[in-house]
Amino acid sequence: MLRKLALMICCALPAQAEEQVVLGLSQNRVAITANFDGSEILVFGAVKREDPIPEGDPLEVVIAVSGPKEPLTVRRKERKYGIWVNTESVTVDRAPSFYAVATSGPFDQIVSEAEDIKHSISIGNAITSVSARAQSANGNDFAEAVARIRTNNGLYSIRENTVTVDQQTLFKASISMPANLTEGDYITRIFLMRDGKVISTHETQIDVRKVGLERFLFNLSRQQPLIYGLLSLAIAIIAGWGASAFFRYVRRGA
Amino acid sequence: MQIYLPIAEVSVNAFLLLGLGGLVGVLSGMFGVGGGFLMTPLLFFIGIPPAVAVATEANQIVASSFSGVLAHFKRRTVDLRMGTVLLIGGLTGAAIGVVLFNYLKALGQVDLLVKLCYVVFLGIIGGLMFIESLNAIRRSKKNTGPIKRKNHNWIHGLPFKMRFRVSGLYISVIPILLVGVFVGILSAIMGVGGGFIMVPAMIYLLGMPTKVVVGTSLFQIIFVTAFTTLLHATTNFTVDMALAVLLLVGGVIGAQFGAMIGTKLKAEQLRILLAMMVLGVCFKLGLDLLIEPSELFSLGAVGGH
Repeated sequence: MLRKLALMICCALPAQAEEQVVLGLSQNRVAITANFDGSEILVFGAVKREDPIPEGDPLEVVIAVSGPKEPLTVRRKERKYGIWVNTESVTVDRAPSFYAVATSGPFDQIVSEAEDIKHSISIGNAITSVSARAQSANGNDFAEAVARIRTNNGLYSIRENTVTVDQQTLFKASISMPANLTEGDYITRIFLMRDGKVISTHETQIDVRKVGLERFLFNLSRQQPLIYGLLSLAIAIIAGWGASAFFRYVRRGA
Repeated sequence: MQIYLPIAEVSVNAFLLLGLGGLVGVLSGMFGVGGGFLMTPLLFFIGIPPAVAVATEANQIVASSFSGVLAHFKRRTVDLRMGTVLLIGGLTGAAIGVVLFNYLKALGQVDLLVKLCYVVFLGIIGGLMFIESLNAIRRSKKNTGPIKRKNHNWIHGLPFKMRFRVSGLYISVIPILLVGVFVGILSAIMGVGGGFIMVPAMIYLLGMPTKVVVGTSLFQIIFVTAFTTLLHATTNFTVDMALAVLLLVGGVIGAQFGAMIGTKLKAEQLRILLAMMVLGVCFKLGLDLLIEPSELFSLGAVGGH
């Protein structure tokens, strides 16, 4: 926490960072409508600097978009009495519901291991699993399972070479988000990297929200569950009865 | 056309859902069953979370049984008295079932429970139906008359007898209540109406005349599944209205075609087909439990859904 605070103060002082991000997003809201089937967000920006471009390795850019982080229960199946049953379970402290990392080059080459751990950039480091390791001797397997399952579902991804950097000043990337998003504040972090080190960071937020009918139904189901339940029964009965009455009418007419 | 289901929080193709509803509708129209026992596993297969599938299916069954029970009321083939006793048992059972469901969900064993219930019950019912309809076909070939049912069994020795005029029975309420409770539990756990258990139980155990069995069981099913829907909606927040409506529309259309096909086939052939289908679903679910899954780990929110 202290380290994070120190980092934020560092970023806030313009004198400390020689190169800074000026960011634009094609949209800072994603609306989940009834026919939502994924979204694409264009992240673009420029590097603001007072001094000439430093010598050495070129500037690299890493963009990390993270969905809301929540604790998770991970269960493992084992064969018992001939069938596969959930046996061991471990709680992973915090795992993002969605996580995408876009980079301007191969991840291992542009981000040093130390910086990765410090800023929790890679998928493995974005999952906080300290207590998972304490709960089970193979707690690591459980944290890895979270990464593997969500990667297979398209929720976690590392997209190397998808950020284009122009003359070490302009950068852009398009982040696609799948249809199975959950609501929340999606934190978008931009890292400017030189020699594997983070030289500047910038953070912004994309709001992913259900809207319209989706919003209404979801809120009703949580705030007035009884009314929601009665309403869904009523709608279902009317729809079912109406449709069969319609068919009877058609058949009699024919 | 993709549609985002507000409660399940997954995006599914609307036509896939309509098609599934239609397919199960055809089968339920053909065989005169609710189809919940087929729909719920199919929803698992397309990636709807099991808790949502079970709760939503209960909601859909209410609707699809509603027009059926109206038709039976018109024909006066509902034994209201018997239905009410079954219902009292059913509501108790549904409450027990939801409590059990939530308890096992917290333990992470709910998927196992649901699947085991399916394997066991589909296996028993499918097997019995298969043997029975094979025998029926053999009998109809030999052209001997139907075997007369025994009218007196141990059930007639139980106390708290009640008269059921429509069914023409004078029996104890205990077995009726037990059947109700049992079906209620299954309805809450498996997301089915339970007709496939209740109908045989009413005919063979209680000795009810066949003509009032279907109407009476539908009457009980509507109220029990409505109650189950409300319990799931208020305790788990897992009833997805959009999913239910899509399945329903497909189901009603499918049922019309199913009923037409059904009239063209013989009763024994229909029953043997249904038995084979039930055994097929049972086999597939059983295999999933026996074969090592490709992913041994599964994720769940802390403290349930």
